Amino acid sequence: MIETEQLTRCYGNLTAVDALNIRVEPGQVLGMLGPNGAGKSTAMRMIAGFLVPTSGVARVCGHDVVREPLKAKRALGYLPEGAPSYGELTVREFLRFIVRMRGLRSDAGHRRLDEVVQHLQLDDVLDVCIDTLSKGLRRRVGLAQAILHDPPVLMLDEPTDGLDPNQKHAVRQLIDVMARERTILISTHLLEEVHALCNRVVILADGKLLADATPAELEARSRYHGAVSFSAPGSSMSQEMLGRLPEVASIEVDPLDGRITVFPKPGERILEPVEQLLQQQGLEVSEIQLERGRLDEVFRHITTEVERDTTDGGRP
Amino acid sequence: MSPTGAVMRRELRSYFVTPVAYVFLVIFLVLAGILTFYAGDFYERGQSDLQPFFIMHPWLYLILVPAITMRMWAEEAKDSTLELLLTLPLTLWQAVLGKFMAAWLFIGLALALTFPIWITVNYLGDPDNGVILAGYLGSWLMAGTFIAIGSCLSALTNSQVVAFILTALVCVLLILIGQPQVLDFLQDNVPRKFINAIAHLSMLRHFEAISRGVLDLRDLLYFVLSMIAWLMASVLLLDLKRTR
Repeated sequence: MIETEQLTRCYGNLTAVDALNIRVEPGQVLGMLGPNGAGKSTAMRMIAGFLVPTSGVARVCGHDVVREPLKAKRALGYLPEGAPSYGELTVREFLRFIVRMRGLRSDAGHRRLDEVVQHLQLDDVLDVCIDTLSKGLRRRVGLAQAILHDPPVLMLDEPTDGLDPNQKHAVRQLIDVMARERTILISTHLLEEVHALCNRVVILADGKLLADATPAELEARSRYHGAVSFSAPGSSMSQEMLGRLPEVASIEVDPLDGRITVFPKPGERILEPVEQLLQQQGLEVSEIQLERGRLDEVFRHITTEVERDTTDGGRP
Repeated sequence: MSPTGAVMRRELRSYFVTPVAYVFLVIFLVLAGILTFYAGDFYERGQSDLQPFFIMHPWLYLILVPAITMRMWAEEAKDSTLELLLTLPLTLWQAVLGKFMAAWLFIGLALALTFPIWITVNYLGDPDNGVILAGYLGSWLMAGTFIAIGSCLSALTNSQVVAFILTALVCVLLILIGQPQVLDFLQDNVPRKFINAIAHLSMLRHFEAISRGVLDLRDLLYFVLSMIAWLMASVLLLDLKRTR
């Protein structure tokens, strides 16, 4: 379990993390979203015990990271931003160093090392110097380092950054498998990742927690939630008709591909009436789709709102 | 294995997979040989001891030890491996001690590899090997103090070049401070009591005492306490990096 209470970190006048309260339970994968510089990495560094909080508390498995740092660190597997490792060592040497640092006994440690290496498909590069590895491989070495001692709590700072789609898929599968009985906190700015991995999302901007919800709840906040979109040739006719439906609030046409999106009035469901109308008119439509909502739009909305607020506040 | 041991092993491994270790060993051994035989008048003195060999060590360390220690923390901070290291379950003391021990053992190895000089002097004459052993001990203790200083100043900055220059500067001050020229210069401006205290800070004075074969507890304590003080400062500086 990871808990933070009013966790705050200042650099001089700048407040990088502002009274952050989050709580991640076992079995949960919490995605921390936010624009660059939102304070995601700073928050993680405090939870990992690298940075000391200016005020507030962070606990890993009930251990205060400032008062009982060793106990907290033992329970935690942490992939720092950029997956740093000792580049002059080979993958095997580096992972053996971690085995020793984690205090694993050599036989059990080596068995676990083989397991992790297989999981992350690092067999072929075991005796290659880390400096010569590609970015994706280096990230996998960083992941191997984080899960080597099979920790109950896992914290990954941008785990799939710089990976190709296949590698991303592999890493997500790994996290999915690990998620069942563990507490996982990941930070990312990839919205697709949230869908693929997380069962809860928090959004941070300017160090403040702006949203804490499930991905579906966030999508429901989108203007696109419940909208219906379709492609139809000769659509100018149907647009007028659609606009007359009582449930419809507005209609937009994509200037590039002519795709039409129909937005509902709040609380209305419009898929059926729209379909009926199109059928009555005998219009040929393709790819009719009910939108779940767009996370990127919600994200932009939530994070830029703060910016506007703070700039307004700055000029009284 | 304890975390200290693991850090030490990793650090030593890094010395030997990069050219650092070999470059250091070759330069140290070549310079130690040349300086002893040419600058130290090893033959012309007509005495069977290793005084001309040991007398060069402070100056060798002055250049070579900062080259070893400058990367100690500065590189870790720059490559953000410091974040990795300090989020593993170990205390700052264990990390500092592990790195210090690695460098100290490495210098110990370099010193051990100067054994041909010891064989030479035993072949040519009949030296007091106890004094020679004391000389080696004094030299190793002095190297340890240099390393502890280097560790602290490498923790102070993210730049290896700055760490090198600061370490060399502090070390040269500690070597020179007890020299008559410096003390004479200070005599007019500083009260007499302080002059005495300053003279006792001199690394050279304590080292020379030990390498003459006089094992005085005060000389040994000087080096041990210096090491502890500078390593404590390293721990404090690293801790400060986490709060700042």
